[in-house]
Formats: sequence, structure tokens, C-alpha cells
Amino acid sequence: MSEIKNTNTDFEVRSLDAMCINDEEKKVPMWSNLQYLVFGILFGIVLIKSEVVSWFRIQEMFRLQSFHMFGVIGSAVVVGAISVFIIKKFKIKTIRGEEIILPKKDFNKGQIYGGLIFGFGWAMTGACPGPLYAQLGYGASVIIVSILMAMLGTWIYGLMREKLPH
Amino acid sequence: MSIIEMIKQPWPWYVAGPVIGLMVPILLIFGNKTFGISSSLRHMCAACMPAKIPFFQYDWKKEIWNLFFVLGVFLGGIVSAYYLKNDANVLVNEKLVTELSKYGVSDYSSIIPNELFNWGSLQTPRGFILMVVGGFLVGFGTRYAGGCTSGHSIMGLSNLQLPSLIATISFMAGGFLMANLILPYILSL
Repeated sequence: MSEIKNTNTDFEVRSLDAMCINDEEKKVPMWSNLQYLVFGILFGIVLIKSEVVSWFRIQEMFRLQSFHMFGVIGSAVVVGAISVFIIKKFKIKTIRGEEIILPKKDFNKGQIYGGLIFGFGWAMTGACPGPLYAQLGYGASVIIVSILMAMLGTWIYGLMREKLPH
Repeated sequence: MSIIEMIKQPWPWYVAGPVIGLMVPILLIFGNKTFGISSSLRHMCAACMPAKIPFFQYDWKKEIWNLFFVLGVFLGGIVSAYYLKNDANVLVNEKLVTELSKYGVSDYSSIIPNELFNWGSLQTPRGFILMVVGGFLVGFGTRYAGGCTSGHSIMGLSNLQLPSLIATISFMAGGFLMANLILPYILSL
């Protein structure tokens, strides 16, 4: 009984703002998560080799001194948008034959306040969350401090959530 | 030039961007997952220190794919460091070089400035602010905004979500303000 109750609140909490509210219906074995490890490795290599993880490149971007970062993000969005369009248009299913669900996002003021706060942090650390992990792997051991602080920031947000304007 | 030598060179935006964009359909097709990185921080909080906070009361094991993904990003960094490293300096705009030299930043041999980000500088005011305060703002801000560059700027924009556009504009606005108006003071410390 408590199990069922947990599952319901779980969905409710997750749907508030989790980026991954969609799930596979079918039970998938644990080892199938290894595919995400492989995709992550590919993503990490791209981040490093395109210097998206470079503090210097982020400074250039925010000073409008280079097109590089805008080109990376812009072309990523174009390719992503075309892919999503094709998936919707042809009702492409997952490899396990499930319908692909694309969650809609609702506007709340957190996207502005939180967005600005993240922007500050992005310009300071020169990294968004993905690059932090890649920088650590690349050998910048001190970045573990930034990652732990990012976890703490997330935790404090969770703690203060009800009191913050949304 | 051999293929491996080509891969070792810095990749141009028109190669990197499309590969990053392809993460969107890959994750959707291979498991109905929406691309997003900052959620991993929330899952780690939920796993390590939920502390009865409602925001962390959910079954994080259901989201474990996300932790596999970021572990992969970390391993991707290791693979790049061991097999794909190139010894050339990071080439940046001359204006930036001139500006940063005023703050004693002149080492471009690594992707991050060695003068600013190291264990020793953690005890200096500017190192502390950049790494500790900056890291905190990244975690707090992304969760408050409901996503980061990957979740909002790439996944959200690809799905034509207006809130993601608002979030992306806010990220950029915050970054412009910090880099141009506030960061010079921090770097002078």
C-alpha cells in the first residue's frame, strides 16, 4: 500500500520540474543503462574536443568575441529541432516500440530568476553542469569542489523551494 | 594527417554542434529519455542526503540512466585526456588575452586557466569565489530554472518550448552581466 502511495507522490514531485519525467513503460534490465554510459562518453569527448568546456571559450562567448560557442549551441538546436520534428511527424517509436513522449514545460518565474543565477555561475566557473564532469575527467581535480558545491546549491534550492518565488 | 591526428585537433563548431544536437534523438529513441544534465545533481542529492525534503522524496533509482550518462561524460573527459589530447594552447581572441593578462592570467596550455583553478588558489578570495560560490550558483540556478544548457537550451529549444527560450535568454543575460560587469572585480582580488 505504501508502495503505491510513494509511486504517486513520486510522479507528482518529479513532474514539477524534473527534466526526465518520461519513462519507459516496460521494465528494462539494469545493464541496458550501459548504453547511456556510452552516449555520455561520446558527449564528454565532444565537449572537450570542441573546447565547450573551456573557461576561456565561455569568456569569449559572454564578451561576444567569438562565434564558436554560439555556433555550437545554435547548430545543436537546429539538429535537435529537425530530429524532434521528424520524430513527431513520422511518429517514430523507441527501439522497444514505445511511443516517444515529449514533455511540455510550463512557464514559471524560476526560469528567469534561476536562469540569471545560473548565468552568473556559468560565467564564473566557465562551465555548465555537463562540462564540470568533463573537466574533472580531463584531469582538473579541483573541479570536484565545484561539483560538490553545485550539489549543495541544488540541495539548498530543494530546502528553500517553497519560500522562493516561482 | 591520420584520422586520429584529425580528431586530436580542436573540433569546429559545425562538427561539435550537430553531434551534441544528435544526443536529443538518440536518447529519445534508445529509451524515451529527454536530454538534460543538471537533473543528475538532484538525483545525487536524493540518493545521498534527501533529509526529508519533499523535493528529494522520489525514487531516484528510476532516473539512474541520468547518472550513467554523467559518469560517461566524466569518462569521456578521461578518454580525451589520455588518447585525444593535443598539446597546442587554447586559441582565443586577442582582446581576451589582453584583458586577462591584466589579472595575471596568461597560461592557455589547458582548457581552464591554471592560474585560477587549482587547489592552492581555492584558499585565495578569487579562487574561492570562482570555484565555490560559482559552483553553488550553477547548482542552485539550474535547479531553480528547471534545467541547464542541455535541458533548456538544447532539449527545450529543440522541442520549441517557450519557457526554455525564456530560460536560455536568462542564462545568457546572467552570463553577460557577470562576465562584463562583475567578473573584472573578482579577478582583481
